[in-house]
Amino acid sequence: MALLKYESGVREPLVDGDKTYSKVTEDICRPVETAPSRLWWIGFIISVILLLFGAVSLYKEVVYGTGMWNLNKTIGWGWDITNFVWWVGIGHAGTLISAILLLFRQGWRTGVNRAAEAMTIFAVMCAGQFPVWHMGRVWMAFFVLPYPNTRGPLWVNFNSPLLWDVFAISTYFTVSLLFWYSGLIPDMATLRDRAKKKWAKMFYGVSAFGWTGSTKHWQRHESLSLVLAGLSTPLVLSVHTIVSFDFATSVIPGWHTTIFPPYFVAGAIFSGFAMVQTLMLVLRKVYRLEDYITISHIENMNKVIVLTGSIVGCAYLTELFMAWYGASKYEYDIFFKYRIAGPYGWSYWLMMTCNVITPQLFWSKKLRRNIAFTFLMSIVVNIGMWFERFVIIVSSLYRDYLPSSWSVYYRPTIWEVGFYLGSFGLFFTCFFLFSKYFPVIAIAEIKHVLKRSGEGYKKKMEPLEKESVEEFAHNAHH
Amino acid sequence: MPVKKFVVGCFDDEKTLFPAVKNTRKAGYKIHDVYTPFPIHGLDAAMGLRDTSLHTAGFIYGITGTTTALSFMSWVFTKDWPLNIGGKPSFPLPAFIPIIFELTVLCAAVGMVLTFCYLCQLAPFVKKDHFHLRATDDLFVMPLEVTDKTNVEEVKAFLKNAGAVEIFEKEAETGWWLGRYDKDKKLFEKEAATA
Repeated sequence: MALLKYESGVREPLVDGDKTYSKVTEDICRPVETAPSRLWWIGFIISVILLLFGAVSLYKEVVYGTGMWNLNKTIGWGWDITNFVWWVGIGHAGTLISAILLLFRQGWRTGVNRAAEAMTIFAVMCAGQFPVWHMGRVWMAFFVLPYPNTRGPLWVNFNSPLLWDVFAISTYFTVSLLFWYSGLIPDMATLRDRAKKKWAKMFYGVSAFGWTGSTKHWQRHESLSLVLAGLSTPLVLSVHTIVSFDFATSVIPGWHTTIFPPYFVAGAIFSGFAMVQTLMLVLRKVYRLEDYITISHIENMNKVIVLTGSIVGCAYLTELFMAWYGASKYEYDIFFKYRIAGPYGWSYWLMMTCNVITPQLFWSKKLRRNIAFTFLMSIVVNIGMWFERFVIIVSSLYRDYLPSSWSVYYRPTIWEVGFYLGSFGLFFTCFFLFSKYFPVIAIAEIKHVLKRSGEGYKKKMEPLEKESVEEFAHNAHH
Repeated sequence: MPVKKFVVGCFDDEKTLFPAVKNTRKAGYKIHDVYTPFPIHGLDAAMGLRDTSLHTAGFIYGITGTTTALSFMSWVFTKDWPLNIGGKPSFPLPAFIPIIFELTVLCAAVGMVLTFCYLCQLAPFVKKDHFHLRATDDLFVMPLEVTDKTNVEEVKAFLKNAGAVEIFEKEAETGWWLGRYDKDKKLFEKEAATA
């Protein structure tokens, strides 16, 4: 390994090892071109089984109604909406990595953006299931669309945050999909041109859309990526803002707060990055991509986790403070009698521990760079974030204004749990297929940063460093 | 578009590619295109290509979405079917903002991607001639068009001098046609055979 005289000890290379362009192609295409491992098959089959269980659970719900989920008049939103918000939150990291970090010129995004965007799309697919099936009479779901109808035409209520959600989630899904796929096209072309088998030539030929790599096309591609990033940046912030409006614009104590939008967005990024960590740590190990998803990538994401986790913690404390200081009896009771104490107190403290206390360990550089610890934390954070939504939804609902309708305890049924497991099945079925048939790292983008970082950069700089000051000034001048 | 003849020079380093492009243009050869495995900043300028106006198109699609959303919701709530929702005003502009925003983004993104695909002629089942399979791997491929006046040997010598690692002649179609990459089918099969 060459060492330069003036080498920064702070900035680590984005790609480890001495790589050529064709080595990059080789490394990233290898998992796609070799037969799937036994581990892949096991994971894939488990995912499909979960998906089928989810389908059975949904069948029960469609036939017998949402009562199958133990929802009642008091607790009208339970696991289903908790899962919805949880999955949407997870879906925030991908677009954040690919859009906001692109605008901030963060080179390290190239290693993880492709898989993170795929994760976003699958997570949003899962999220979308919950409000749709929660409608009960799901065959009426198209009523949310504002189309000229025979009922008046009676239009949808454009004032309703639930309708804003329909627009936000579907826009988010479409734009993320377009962003992801437009980035994939050149890499699909790489796979197409390497393909040996007939089906691969056919599949990658069709999915590469006839990409050639023409300079003009690249110029347009760059422009497209930049504008889509610019559009996705406010979009990603808007989606969870609008999800938080579902709660914040209501008059339920514990929901009716103005800090919800930033608090939800921070929480979404927090849980999204945790999910990216969970997936990336497995991916880099199984596909031997440690040179592309390096320890410094993991450390960077851990830094985001500790930042957003602290913002979330700040929001929790603000909520408590406002409940006390606001002098609204109902608000006070919800927080201090039914949330941090009462039958659901355990879920509040579980949420506090997982989201606020344990992520603080990431202030230690040693732990930020510890893979096993990061993996454990990524799961802890996602458990915590699930409970955050559970706490917000259930603990605000179970004791409403009328004590006679208080619902003492709410336990999900097997079919409600089954629906949740089914969404895991959907997510991982998609993710397993993606990781086998698609390039999990953006090949072209890695090549783009290859010579600006790492060994390639050092090679380029070596002759420059050997020059004397006079030579350098002379050469730079001409 | 018909079949044309090209002399193709392949480069394996940006460092040699840039002077090569510059010198080729200076020497008066016609660069058909440069195919690269990843975007190379400044190459479009070096080739004398003008900037893309795709972002302008995106802006127009965006404001189309904005006006569509705003005018549609206003029309529904004030003219077509004014609803009394708890005595709230029937033109609640702040409540329209989320949907206006979402539709702006949606129209801009979808419109831009479709325009991009149209301009670059990208679609499933579109097939194009490729000069080198490694153009999507690690080679920068620069085909120069051969006209009646071109001296092929001279061009080859020029490319070799410019640092090309691989030089060959190739007849290629410059357009696109519907086809699959696992099947050999050309658009101008007969013409190519007789030419």
